[in-house]
Amino acid sequence: MNPVETASETSSALTFRSVGKSFLAGQRRISALRNVSLDLSGGVTALIGPDGAGKTTLLRLAAGLLLPDDGSIESFGLNTANAGDSLHRLTGYMPQRFGLYEDLSILENLNLYADLHGMDRGERQQRFDDLMRMTGLAKFNERLAGRLSGGMKQKLGLACTLINRPRLLLLDEPSVGVDPVSRRELWRIIETLARDFAATVLLSTAYMDEAERCDRVILLNQGSILRQGSPAEFHSLTAGRGFKLSSPVLSNRIIQQRADGLPGTIDAVVQGEAVRVILRPDAKPDWQACFSEADRLQSESASPRLEDAFIMLLLEQRPLEKMPAPICVIETESKAALSTTHQPPIIEVDAVDRWFGDFQAVKKLSFQVSQGEIFGLLGANGAGKTTTFRMLCGLLPVSNGKLSVAGVDLRRAAAKARSRLGYMSQKFSLYGQLSVRQNLEFFSHAYGLRNRQRQQRISWALQQFDLQEFADTNSTDLALGYKQRLALACALMHEPAILFLDEPTSGIDPLARREFWTRINQLAGQGVTILVTTHFMEEAEYCDRLLIMREGDILAAGTPAEIKRLGSQPARAPADNMEEAFIRLVETSEAAT
Amino acid sequence: MTKSSRQRLKGLIRKEFLQVLRDPSSLAIAFVMPVFLLLLFGYGVSLDAKHVPVGLVVEHTSPTSRAFTAGFDHSDYFQSYYFNDMHAARQALHDKHIDAIVYLQTDFDRRLAGSEPAAIQVILDGVDANNARLLNGYIQGVWQNWLNDRAERRGQRPALAVQLQPRIWYNSALRSRNFLVPGLIAVIMTLIGALLTALVVAREWERGTMEALIATPVSVREVLLGKLIPYYLLGMGGMLLAIAMAVWLFKVPLLGSLWVLLVCGSLFMLVALGMGLLISIAAKNQFVAGQIAIIITFLPAFILSGFLFNIDSMPAAVQAFTYLVAARYFVAILQTVFLAGNIWAIIVPNALALLLMALIFLGLALWRAPRRLE
Repeated sequence: MNPVETASETSSALTFRSVGKSFLAGQRRISALRNVSLDLSGGVTALIGPDGAGKTTLLRLAAGLLLPDDGSIESFGLNTANAGDSLHRLTGYMPQRFGLYEDLSILENLNLYADLHGMDRGERQQRFDDLMRMTGLAKFNERLAGRLSGGMKQKLGLACTLINRPRLLLLDEPSVGVDPVSRRELWRIIETLARDFAATVLLSTAYMDEAERCDRVILLNQGSILRQGSPAEFHSLTAGRGFKLSSPVLSNRIIQQRADGLPGTIDAVVQGEAVRVILRPDAKPDWQACFSEADRLQSESASPRLEDAFIMLLLEQRPLEKMPAPICVIETESKAALSTTHQPPIIEVDAVDRWFGDFQAVKKLSFQVSQGEIFGLLGANGAGKTTTFRMLCGLLPVSNGKLSVAGVDLRRAAAKARSRLGYMSQKFSLYGQLSVRQNLEFFSHAYGLRNRQRQQRISWALQQFDLQEFADTNSTDLALGYKQRLALACALMHEPAILFLDEPTSGIDPLARREFWTRINQLAGQGVTILVTTHFMEEAEYCDRLLIMREGDILAAGTPAEIKRLGSQPARAPADNMEEAFIRLVETSEAAT
Repeated sequence: MTKSSRQRLKGLIRKEFLQVLRDPSSLAIAFVMPVFLLLLFGYGVSLDAKHVPVGLVVEHTSPTSRAFTAGFDHSDYFQSYYFNDMHAARQALHDKHIDAIVYLQTDFDRRLAGSEPAAIQVILDGVDANNARLLNGYIQGVWQNWLNDRAERRGQRPALAVQLQPRIWYNSALRSRNFLVPGLIAVIMTLIGALLTALVVAREWERGTMEALIATPVSVREVLLGKLIPYYLLGMGGMLLAIAMAVWLFKVPLLGSLWVLLVCGSLFMLVALGMGLLISIAAKNQFVAGQIAIIITFLPAFILSGFLFNIDSMPAAVQAFTYLVAARYFVAILQTVFLAGNIWAIIVPNALALLLMALIFLGLALWRAPRRLE
């Protein structure tokens, strides 16, 4: 026990020295980490990087759950290869799914972890009280962990990890699938720990705004550290190269498409009222190439953010991998420039209720979606998004109310309506053992396409989604981004008029997410109506209109700009981003009840 | 064992019991399946031939033939059906209305009276070979009885110079339930020890709780004991339940002593747990773990243990293989202790075999258990 305590006073919390780690996958050896060196003591460090970059492996190595093949790892001066118990006493590790026993109540979970850490009864009560106060779980003590919302599970997982007051806290994607309000509470806890208890925190995240709040950021790509430093250091990489473009006559979507076509552009995304463009170091902000006088383009410089550097550094790594063919076309403009609200509604939801036993999942929901619109359905887990979605797809009947999709009443002819819609779920629903081509063949069969038409659509899909190279690869072996492309292609085989996307980008890195949205924008430009659910508040910016749900009710509806204004009191300025707006809306509605 | 180690173990065991009680699938494997199997084998399955439909074709009815057929009418083993001609009887056999035909020709009486031997034709449906053999024996028994009776009535000595006087020991009523139910205890304990254990450990891997466990100061030994102890208790509970049902519900005699059963049961439970833990080390997902457990533990316990099928009548290669099936040793002990009593010559070698297997499997589990994630 003694060496542990003395060690923890003098050495840094975590040191990696040229660490390498590889795994056997079938016959091949895959290198998960290569020559990783880092040194952490104190503060909060974010581990970011695309999917499959090695974030989880790095955290498991730090927790001593894996041993390095090359190099060495020390935590408080203890080598993870032989420290064993003493290491586990100093570190707390929360795996991706929180490591909770779902059949056990909150209190039983806490008691189990207290037992495992050898905490005695007297000491325990005080610690539980502290943790419960910190996480706000006290009143749910007896509830089974499996019945908690994502946010509460996450807080309980954290409480279990914190029981032994770890000096080094390792969290693997702690905020995935958690609503913005819980996410903010989690951060409050993490920052308190780092500040008041001098704990060292290392966490992986897919959210750039979370990384932005950390003292230090490590960007990992394909097993190597691409760069590490403070967020400010990352900002300096793209300083002076970010611009916000807007125009009173062009839709943001058109601006984005055109800006993306400029040779000097690294990245162009819709952000709030404007399009955010990042240029290459050598490029000049010369917008004339793609915009005319008549467009009345306004340009102002944008303050740098971490995501810019992230995209830039990653693109430098894979220069060959190009975003989908940049579009700088005029032909879809006339259509998209039209205000979408003047189009006839293609989805009509009128006072729809849905009951499950005596639980009302959806309460008197009404909204309309016009043709060619990108319509977002947002909300925390359990808000009723999925239920609404299933009813719209004709997979679940409504309890009361009227629902029509593409002019067909879903109560009467659900099958007919379904033939006009495409559906892509979060889990992609691909057949892993079938090749890309076979998956496409299967789905075109399922949608009843005939011989020649089928061949045409398959070659269209392979070409359009750059899948030719992988046509004979089993879909389970594809990288996540490619799986997602294939899933989208499958949903589009029968040229549906409406596309339903259920959390299409969860777990996908910003690069793949951008590519995906570029395609979705193109589809919308061609008149396809798109309905999307997401918990990435930032993605709400890509939508034409949104509906935010809470407990089966509408919390807010409108364009992203309207929603941001809605969330604020008259005296306050509109919310900076969707997430802020969402939190404000929730707080207002809670204050009202 | 240190104080903190004891506390960790207690925590793990408490958790395990809470999980079993709250998870319907664990409850089903631990409690519902055993009761269901016991009821099925106690009441539903019988290897005895009883009320077997037999067709009797008597071409010329006479007091002699009537005396012969009365043997079928009054037997518990048969349900007799009379046919006027062979054609109808053949059709009935063909349609599976009857399982056998006994045919007495017109000249049965005349031949019996004369010097020529009288012929009885027996035709058996041999699809179920076992049943056909049983039936053949029973029919011969009827014929034998009738011959003896007839000889006695005439004041003659029985026709046979040597007469068989069978006495049945150990299960004198020849109820198949009496050996099925004790054998079933081995199957039930395999279910809890191997299948349930393999599933719950695989579930911990699937849900990521194992990852969280390994990251605490808990040791591999504690994790293994934390599984062993609860499922050992559960398995022994299943065994006591099965013994109680066997003795009180199905009236199976328990001639040996309970403590012998419990000691040998414990040994077998350790073997089953060892197999379950080994499987869960190889298969970290519930579906695969369940499949493997069924194929390498449950099915052999059912088929190759001597519980349903006699090991001695299996082909030599299969017989050799049954030595690897732990349930074989336990079934031998169970059937002996229930129906014959404490016969040490059978109990001791089988128990030693179980002990050896328990040491091997548990040793392997402890040796192969992952200390880290790979």
